[in-house]
Amino acid sequence: MPFRLELTGITKRFPGVLANDNISFAVKPGEIHALLGENGAGKSTLVKMIYGIMQPNAGEIRWNGQPITITNPKMARKLGIGMVFQHFSLFEAMTVLENIALGMDAKIPARELETKIREVMSLYGLKLEPHRQVSTLSVGERQRIEIVRALLLDPKLLIMDEPTSVLTPQEVGQLFDVLRKLAAQGCSILYISHKLHEIKALCDTATILRGGKLVDTCDPKQETSRSMAEKMIGGGLKDISKPAGRSMGASKLVVSHLSVPGDGHFGVSLKDIGFAVRAGEIFGIAGVAGNGQNALLLALSGETVADDGEAITLDGVWLGKLGAKARRLEGLASVPEERNGHAAVPDFTLADNSILTARDRLHMVFSGLIRSDMAKDYTAQVIKQFSVKALGSGSMAGSLSGGNLQKYIMGREIMQKPSVLVVSQPTWGVDAGAAAAIHQAIVDLAAEGSAIVVISQDLDELLSLCDTLAVINEGTLSPPMQVSGADIEQIGLLMGGIHGDPDAPTTIVEAAHAH
Amino acid sequence: MRIRLEKRPEPSKLIQVITPIASVLLTMLLGVIIFDAIGINGQRAVVDIFITPLLASYKWQDVAVKAAPLIIIGLGLSIGNRANVWNIGAEGQYIAGALAGAGIGMVTTGAVGWISITLMLIGGVIGGGAWAAVPALLKTRYKVNEILSSLMLTYVALQLLSYLIGGPWKDPNGRNFPQTAPLTADQTLPIIFPGTTIHLGVGFAVGLALIFWLIMSRSVFGFQIRVVGSAPHAARHGGFNTNETVWLAMLIGGGMAGLAGVLELTGALKSINLGFPSGYGFTAIIVSFLGRLNPIGVLIAGIVLAVTYVGGQVAQTTVHIPNSTAGIFQAMMLFFILASDILVRYRVRFVGRTAPAVVPGE
Amino acid sequence: MSLEFIIAAIVTIIGISTPILLAGLGELVVEKSGVLNLGVEGMMLIGAIAGFAATVMSGNPWVGVLGAAAAGALSSMLFAVLVLGLNSNQVATGLALTIFGTGLSSLLGLSFTGRIVASFGSIFPVELARHPIWQLFFGHSPIVYFALLMVPAVAWFLKSTRAGLILRAVGENDLSAHSIGYSVNKVRYAAIAFGGAMAGIAGCYFSMVITPMWAEKMTAGRGWIALALVVFAGWRAGRLLAGAYFFGVLMALELYAKAAGFSFLPSQFWAAMPYIMTVVVLALISSRESIGSNAPACLGKPFLPSN
Repeated sequence: MPFRLELTGITKRFPGVLANDNISFAVKPGEIHALLGENGAGKSTLVKMIYGIMQPNAGEIRWNGQPITITNPKMARKLGIGMVFQHFSLFEAMTVLENIALGMDAKIPARELETKIREVMSLYGLKLEPHRQVSTLSVGERQRIEIVRALLLDPKLLIMDEPTSVLTPQEVGQLFDVLRKLAAQGCSILYISHKLHEIKALCDTATILRGGKLVDTCDPKQETSRSMAEKMIGGGLKDISKPAGRSMGASKLVVSHLSVPGDGHFGVSLKDIGFAVRAGEIFGIAGVAGNGQNALLLALSGETVADDGEAITLDGVWLGKLGAKARRLEGLASVPEERNGHAAVPDFTLADNSILTARDRLHMVFSGLIRSDMAKDYTAQVIKQFSVKALGSGSMAGSLSGGNLQKYIMGREIMQKPSVLVVSQPTWGVDAGAAAAIHQAIVDLAAEGSAIVVISQDLDELLSLCDTLAVINEGTLSPPMQVSGADIEQIGLLMGGIHGDPDAPTTIVEAAHAH
Repeated sequence: MRIRLEKRPEPSKLIQVITPIASVLLTMLLGVIIFDAIGINGQRAVVDIFITPLLASYKWQDVAVKAAPLIIIGLGLSIGNRANVWNIGAEGQYIAGALAGAGIGMVTTGAVGWISITLMLIGGVIGGGAWAAVPALLKTRYKVNEILSSLMLTYVALQLLSYLIGGPWKDPNGRNFPQTAPLTADQTLPIIFPGTTIHLGVGFAVGLALIFWLIMSRSVFGFQIRVVGSAPHAARHGGFNTNETVWLAMLIGGGMAGLAGVLELTGALKSINLGFPSGYGFTAIIVSFLGRLNPIGVLIAGIVLAVTYVGGQVAQTTVHIPNSTAGIFQAMMLFFILASDILVRYRVRFVGRTAPAVVPGE
Repeated sequence: MSLEFIIAAIVTIIGISTPILLAGLGELVVEKSGVLNLGVEGMMLIGAIAGFAATVMSGNPWVGVLGAAAAGALSSMLFAVLVLGLNSNQVATGLALTIFGTGLSSLLGLSFTGRIVASFGSIFPVELARHPIWQLFFGHSPIVYFALLMVPAVAWFLKSTRAGLILRAVGENDLSAHSIGYSVNKVRYAAIAFGGAMAGIAGCYFSMVITPMWAEKMTAGRGWIALALVVFAGWRAGRLLAGAYFFGVLMALELYAKAAGFSFLPSQFWAAMPYIMTVVVLALISSRESIGSNAPACLGKPFLPSN
């Protein structure tokens, strides 16, 4: 039997970057094939070429043994290639049915389509209500729309791009069941991820990319997580060095009964949030994307103001009613998840970006006028101390790579010596080297006696970084727990909550029992 | 051959300066072609509109007097446009400022020396600001789109003007003509250059351009406006209040328009009639964009647009085209400058047919 | 107030609501695709002179309407090329189109000032069209009926057709629509052209039906009211009709204030009324979340796909 998909010598160049360099591998019918690599390794570029979004500069793609050129996604779908993107292509204000209809190339009457959808859903055990508006659905349910949309085309190859980054551990289990069922029926699956334990649990073969090159194709069941990680990263892994025997001081940041109404039509509201972070403590907030993490960061940074001044205190000072500027002066710094356009202005120089958050604390303003020389000096120090790869303080923030910009932003806040630092998704989309540097900087700041809050969807990151952990779900925060001796299963249950799907509680209990 | 756009690592300063100049030149070129096409001597029309006012020294004073309100309103609007606060009702604020000034002038006619004129100028700023405060309030309190509300208020201001000068403020000695009584000598602005019509308002325009330049380039307020316009979320993160920015942008835009209105009243026209609203408030939007929202750029752009106003009148008598023709040229300049915006951020490459087209944003 | 007076007033209201209804329906479709075209006033003026000129030259008002629609659509393409092709700022480009349309229509209208055009005549038997009561239903210009037919047509198109679904999707989330494989710009070009054609027809209604003659700036800001009408209607065609008649009543007030005994306030007050009420209504509407939630999420934002 010929390979379902065979790539030979695929090469893709962008101005200044070789995204894919002579990549060759093959996927058998019914095989679950992992594409493993760090952010920026070239996985996304590669699958975009398989799905017809981009064309390779060199190399050959064979489909069921025949050489072909996949000119666009429509042609890919016609061939039987389906794709579920990491970032969903959904329309919030429309119904599930309308969303699926938009993704279908064939014109099928709405009623007929609904029947087909119900068939596919019952076949694979996917639960969705076709007439619900997408904005009311959980992230897991939204992913199901994308999966149903792909399955309706009866695919021979299904590409899944980082599908589990938005799911609870229980939802991951459900997804794997669906994928195994599909594979058993002969559908090949190309599974993109950087989560090693998932690949070991699910995949038959793994192709590992690093810096645009193919490093190895192996059987993940024969490899250890560490050996695959080393191939993925190249060289040994560096562990975070936490100074032993750290002592925690008194409570610095205290949040109590913090409630914030949802922002806009689709925003999540915060309900009665309460936690305390001591000096020297790293406090993690876990949760699936879209459960109020953003609202929480805004409420802590002062970008949204609470009705109650006492809801947030720092060393006893009421911060709740203060804005972002005043809170910074009191020593509370923050780093939001989105770097471009929120933490930094991409069209501004790094020096101007330093003025954005450091101007008051570092006295860069005299009688309303800005001392730009001070901003330049400070920026140069940040660049040096945090090894930011940039030409200088005059570089545009938007010209930096994700990791370098994040290092600059972290440095900009940390070098202001905040007594509390709130940071969201500190290493999202950042390469391993920069991630390690950022983690080390967070640990070092804590060691100097600052209280730190880390909001992240990456549970592994929180478990390795934090002392204490709480879970946010639908705007409600769980009681905190010690990371040492934390029960992953229980964290997973908290992350799932009782969100959207009425059948979820039972399946979660079953899943918990199964382990 | 296909056109391909490549993002520049940083916005090109050179292009920012070149494109407004190129826009003016292209407008002139296209003007010749269009006018010839519709049977008017295009070369003559373009020369009269763009060149004649510069060559004839006696036209310079006209240009200066017309440029002053355009520059002053344009300066105020460029702040709002930079912060993505779209005040397109400057014409109404200009009228409101003039009416407020005129009203104060009537009440304080008997006051000694410079007191009346000073109060009138302050009143003009407040009047224009108050007219702009309505959209600001509606925007910050009720999320009303400021584009529509500020424009609607322009029509209200026009009716208010028509009512006042035809009713309670009508000049009793004006042979029943709807206009206000002429200002007293104490209530008019001094002339800067004796023997010309260049009044103190022109000095205001130049001085304000320099002050705005200092504020925009050096102050925290200028920084705030730039951040809000470029990345509103980052502005909030940096501790700049969005509503406060809307208020400041609207009040400055309205205040400047109001000042321009009262300067026009006290410096140039001396009384208000139905012809008082001459569209400066709309043309100033073009001035602000042609000046690339930079105060010094606005100063130059204001002069360029004033030339087309004066030139439009010249062409009216020489090639018999309507006064509104200048509006076509002004709009063309705005089209060109907006079209060329993309060149500031992207580099155009002509590439072979096989290369894939790249959509802006890549 | 006599019956004749009331009927005459209602006929007037239906008449003066028609252009804002037409332009509003066009702009509704444009905005649903995620584009804000502030050039409505300019396109209306271009439609007004083009329709007038085409009628004068051909002697046939139907040719005039077609000419107005074509001119409106053509002028909207100027906006579309800048906004879609060159990613220029939508607000400023729309304003430029309005300024341009104002100037161009004045220039082109020079040779048509004082001319008179052929009228449509009635599409119904004259006995009905002139009848004191039946004229309420049969006494209007064909453009009025066209506008009324377009209301359910636009509503049906947006709600029940696949093309309408795609158009809404493009306005809701252009990046997603792009990634699924729809050509965002093609959809938007089409929507903008439709909006331009509708604004053009709305404009020629002024120069061919209301006055009927050409005058500079004769649309007098109605294009802007049409824009407000779209917000007022919460981006729904049915409510656009109700809104157009509401504004029609306000605009008729200026004409009928004296006759109806409202002369205790100056005429300028009644002339300002539609504009004041627009602002008041916008304030009442905009603060209500339920209306805003129907606004297309991508309205006015540039489309910048990453691949």
